Amino acid sequence: MIVKEFRELVRDRRTLAMLIVMPLLLLVIFGYAANFYVSSVKTAVVGPQASQVVAMLPSFFDVTVTEPGGTQADARTLLRDNTVDVAFVTGKTPVPALVDGSNLFAAQSAVAALNKAGDQVKTQVLYNPGLKTSWVMVPAIIGLILTFIGTIITSIGMVRERESGTLEQLAVMPIRPSRVILGKIAPYFLVAALDMIIVTVLGILLFSVPFNGNPLAFALGAAIFLFVVLGLGVFISTISQTVGQAIQTAFFFLLPQILLSGMIFPLEAMAAGVRWIGYLLPLTYFTMISQGIMLRGAPIASLWLPFVVLTVMAVVVFTGATLRFRRDLAPGRPARPARPAHGPAAATEPAAAGGQANTAGTA
Amino acid sequence: MTYAVRSATVRFGPAVALDDVTVEVPGGSVVAVVGGDGAGKSTLLRALAGEVSLDAGTVEAPPRQRLGYLPASSGSWAALTVTQNIDFVAGIYGLASDELAARRAELLDRAALTPAAGRLAAQLSGGMRRKLGFVMAIVHRPALLILDEPTTGIDPVSRIDLWRLVSEAAASGAAVLMSTTYLDEAERAGHLVVLDRGRVLVQGPYDRVRADFAGDITQASQPVRAEWAWRRGRVRHEYWPGGVPSTPSTPPGLPPGTTAVEPDLEDIVIALSLARRNTVPS
Repeated sequence: MIVKEFRELVRDRRTLAMLIVMPLLLLVIFGYAANFYVSSVKTAVVGPQASQVVAMLPSFFDVTVTEPGGTQADARTLLRDNTVDVAFVTGKTPVPALVDGSNLFAAQSAVAALNKAGDQVKTQVLYNPGLKTSWVMVPAIIGLILTFIGTIITSIGMVRERESGTLEQLAVMPIRPSRVILGKIAPYFLVAALDMIIVTVLGILLFSVPFNGNPLAFALGAAIFLFVVLGLGVFISTISQTVGQAIQTAFFFLLPQILLSGMIFPLEAMAAGVRWIGYLLPLTYFTMISQGIMLRGAPIASLWLPFVVLTVMAVVVFTGATLRFRRDLAPGRPARPARPAHGPAAATEPAAAGGQANTAGTA
Repeated sequence: MTYAVRSATVRFGPAVALDDVTVEVPGGSVVAVVGGDGAGKSTLLRALAGEVSLDAGTVEAPPRQRLGYLPASSGSWAALTVTQNIDFVAGIYGLASDELAARRAELLDRAALTPAAGRLAAQLSGGMRRKLGFVMAIVHRPALLILDEPTTGIDPVSRIDLWRLVSEAAASGAAVLMSTTYLDEAERAGHLVVLDRGRVLVQGPYDRVRADFAGDITQASQPVRAEWAWRRGRVRHEYWPGGVPSTPSTPPGLPPGTTAVEPDLEDIVIALSLARRNTVPS
């Protein structure tokens, strides 16, 4: 029995991967990424005494922007655009220090550091004045829910079609593979969109999370993100034969997104060797968009980077996955319109393009 | 109208699923494909349906609009009702409104599924679900109907119902190609194809297959040559490809303790498979 179990286990590569890769992954993640302590915060110093203030700041404040001619409005713009986490506006006493509360852990560390300065600095936390965890989590949770529906639920739905054999039936029907794919994906897209609206509204009502930005920009970001995660779901379905396999595989895609997207552990606090993984994950960029729009009221122009990255991911992942799915759906269909076959059937009833009469050369 | 695969070869990696197979399916007739597991039955059907690419050979089949296919699986969507399943498939083939309603009612009645019209496919018995799959495959009156083991695993009464439906489809002019593991079913077909390890062992109408069968079949409690024998009930049948030999110690005729039997299709299929396996290395 033990030998039999080992033999089965060795041949079940996905379970084997879960048993071997998962502990290693968790060890690496929790060893290098599970860190709430932010060692430095990106800082801007604006106003007439910017140079003097920069010289006085401790190393915790990593000054990346110095604008002697800048105003408080410029400082707010830098914070809104997520260019910096903290902005000092010099020229007054005490010096106003504006902190971006949407970047929770950086903000908490910054506030703690600023408090040590006593009366010399007047700290003001923007976008999340109470430094509430729920305010930064709700926008990220929206992305997580979309990821869940897009990868796990979609892949289950598509694999179930394969498992029950009805995909094979669809494949011989006069329906274009693109219509099959659209028909399979559209309901999940709509359900995910509905879920997103419900979670967003509940987040606003239950946790008083603000929605300061443009809802249309938010919807656009969510739609692009949905294409990425739906593409992942379709891809998972093409490499899974059973629902169990699909869930296992989706888990591999989901877990890193939860742990390494910056949703729980701040990206800037992760070791560089792990942080780059976070920058490969779509949820990282959706979280940037959702937090930026909901909390900071950031316009699309200031969120161009996550929008562009997500768009590229959507095109690559969704196109690749649907092409794979299409190949599975129509393995025997000729790539080009079939040549009329020789024989009595073809002579009187030539096959239509994408039809059945074919030769080994065109099949 | 005759549909066909000609000189078809299909390989899955190193395995040859079909090896130079030619099968014709004339309109108005039922062609039954029989053979053991891995013989290539499903691959042959899927090749004709356009689901499998050929490595060599040609396929002559109607356009998809005129093709009906029942896969080896249930062939219906479990979470849809009987009516919804039929309507979904009919919609793909362009049937709608009154035409669809009339066709649906006709097929449900013929398949004795009318009382179950509102039930989920998942709640149907195995036989009812296969009949639903069959109804979905013929809802658009296909010219070529491909049925992959339509009666496997269902009760005898449902098998009879399904055979009646298959016969009616052929009588209405459809060319029917079906695979089956039940040799009594294959005997009923107008034309049968015996496959073994991807090759056609024999094909033709049952009477001709039987008439052309060469060699003798004997039965005994102990076979003379174990590699040419198989169990049938309490006795063993044995195949003599060149006829029962006579030896100096035994007069012309049967070895002691054996009796000649008139071969049925099961004997013929097994005998031909053994003949190939005992002469052609795997």
